[in-house]
Amino acid sequence: MSTRTALTVPRLRRLDPLGALLAAAGAVAAVFLPFVVLKSNRIVPGDPRALLEVLPAWGALGCQVILICAALAALRVSNPRVRLGAALLGVVAVALAVAAAGDALTPAGNKVVRVSPGAGFWVLLVCLGLMATDATTRMRPGPGLRVLLLAVSIAVAGLALAHGTFDHLSVMREYAVNADRFAREARQHVWLALGSLAAAVLVALPTGILCHRVPRLRSGVLGTLNVIQTIPAIALFGILMAPLGALAAAVPLAAALGIRGIGAAPAAVALFLYSLLPIAANTVAGLKRVPRAAVEAARGMGMTSWQILTGIELILALPVILTGIRIVLVQNIGMVTVAALIGGGGLGTFVFQGIGQTAIDLVLLGAIPIVTLAFSAAVVLDALAEVLDRARQ
Amino acid sequence: MISVENLSKQYGATTVVDGVSMVIERNSITVIVGTSGSGKSTLLRMINRLIEPTRGRVLIDGNDTTGEPAHLLRRRIGYVIQGHGLFPHRTVAENIATVPRLLGWDEARIRARVEELLAVFQLDQGAYAGAFPHQLSGGQQQRVGVARALAAEPAVLLMDEPFGALDPIIRAKAQDDLLDIQRRFGTTIVLVTHDMDEAFRLGDHVAVMSHGRLLQYDRPAVLLTHPADPFVSRMTGVSDRAMRLLSLTTAGEAALPGVSDGPAVAASASLREVLSELLWRGAESAAVMDADGTRRGYLTIAAILERGRPG
Repeated sequence: MSTRTALTVPRLRRLDPLGALLAAAGAVAAVFLPFVVLKSNRIVPGDPRALLEVLPAWGALGCQVILICAALAALRVSNPRVRLGAALLGVVAVALAVAAAGDALTPAGNKVVRVSPGAGFWVLLVCLGLMATDATTRMRPGPGLRVLLLAVSIAVAGLALAHGTFDHLSVMREYAVNADRFAREARQHVWLALGSLAAAVLVALPTGILCHRVPRLRSGVLGTLNVIQTIPAIALFGILMAPLGALAAAVPLAAALGIRGIGAAPAAVALFLYSLLPIAANTVAGLKRVPRAAVEAARGMGMTSWQILTGIELILALPVILTGIRIVLVQNIGMVTVAALIGGGGLGTFVFQGIGQTAIDLVLLGAIPIVTLAFSAAVVLDALAEVLDRARQ
Repeated sequence: MISVENLSKQYGATTVVDGVSMVIERNSITVIVGTSGSGKSTLLRMINRLIEPTRGRVLIDGNDTTGEPAHLLRRRIGYVIQGHGLFPHRTVAENIATVPRLLGWDEARIRARVEELLAVFQLDQGAYAGAFPHQLSGGQQQRVGVARALAAEPAVLLMDEPFGALDPIIRAKAQDDLLDIQRRFGTTIVLVTHDMDEAFRLGDHVAVMSHGRLLQYDRPAVLLTHPADPFVSRMTGVSDRAMRLLSLTTAGEAALPGVSDGPAVAASASLREVLSELLWRGAESAAVMDADGTRRGYLTIAAILERGRPG
């Protein structure tokens, strides 16, 4: 090993290929793209401003030094901890810079002027985010550490938001106007995603177990669910409108429960239907991977069918089933967005309202929480599946 | 005692086990041997009702096995399969405790039994009780499988090709261990194998099956000297049957009173091994010694050869 190190090119001369790409993109963005965009109101085209124009000299200098350090770390440092630290420091620096730009460019008491993060900010943020993700992956953190990292990141961002650090930025301006609606739509979004998932688990898990026990059913049932999966979301909403509307008209109780041709009911039903295949298919796959000898021995020792199912088969299949649940949850969080189109509510309401008004800040007010929710759900469920799989192995 | 009475199993028009009757003695090892598809595994699995017979019945100590729910019957009968079937998500101690837990033993009794079995199967408590099956060698996994089957002190132990997945050296050790265990606990063991050497080595009685029928059921020596059927002769092997016969008798059993200045052999060695030793050394006679070093008598080549002939 030592001879090999001696023979290779000294470490400093080697450039990290991903780091080089990120550093180049970041540099171009920092120099040529506007860091923030100043608009006299929310819908007129804006006036681009560079980093140097919007910050006091010492602030701009500090921010640039940190970004240059991050770029150097991306290019030449191979220790992933250093890379992660540099990337996170960079994220904090650009976030504080954009917040400071908002404060500096907003005249006191003016609620019409909008300061939006510009293309330069977003590209820098993506580059630093990719660098941080790449460094985290190289560190191979355990599931507990990954969840901890996520929790700390969310806590820091939450504290900054609560403190009002970003209050002069356009997205937070939109939030201030829509604060009570935001909480309601966010709850509705989570409720639709989780509720349809829970209903799907209740139906798809037994279905998967049945398909495993009765192989003749397998291709027919999974094939049907597969067909549902191929129907586009909008089309499925449309298909569901007629029967749900008829149901509401015919059964007063259904109408009283809020079931209508449009609104949350068809959205929930559609999400439920989309959720069935991943959970049922993964249940079948998970059960298939349970060693036959273990089940045979369990039966031979006098365990009942129920004891074998709950104590052996489902436990051993759980990591694969959880992978299915992860797919569904992330898919649902994204797909609930479309439910806003048929009056289902959720954060998609802001997205489509923003598109309609060409107010990109309103779109972001919906989109950023959706992406955060989906990402967090993926990290947490991945970690859970890994913990369970490790116990099994 | 297990009485198998006219037991048959049919799947549609195919008869897998065809009218088998046999009495399995208590505290003995009975080996059911046959080629694949002979119905030997099906016969074994009808004893603990993993397969329900089409006709006939099984009595254990005079009680019909259909007199209680199948899963309760199975908790009283040990069961070991090829490839051990250990639960991968449970530790060695948890695996062994499976049936005692099903029977509702209290924790102290379960713990004591697990410790006892780990000691009997030469698995160090500290190193293995908390280990998961994948951390063990193949031989250790197999031992845990047998320990698990014996955990609730069953009077009967059924074994379906238990050593089939082991390599020859570990298999020989596992067979020796099984003989020790049988002597220690007095368990009635019924073992299925396709390996005639294993059948001769372990079985107090050997049952030969072919095409679902029981061809012959007797002591191993009788199978060699008086085969009931040409298939039994083929299974037991014609070319080396004299040597097989010698391998069924130990030096201690055959020793003649007297002394010899030839090489010393263990009383537990088979006549086949003693003969081989004498040929190798060019000696005419051997002194038979007990494990503690006392003389049991002597053996000559002529006396050994005398025992290699039928009748």
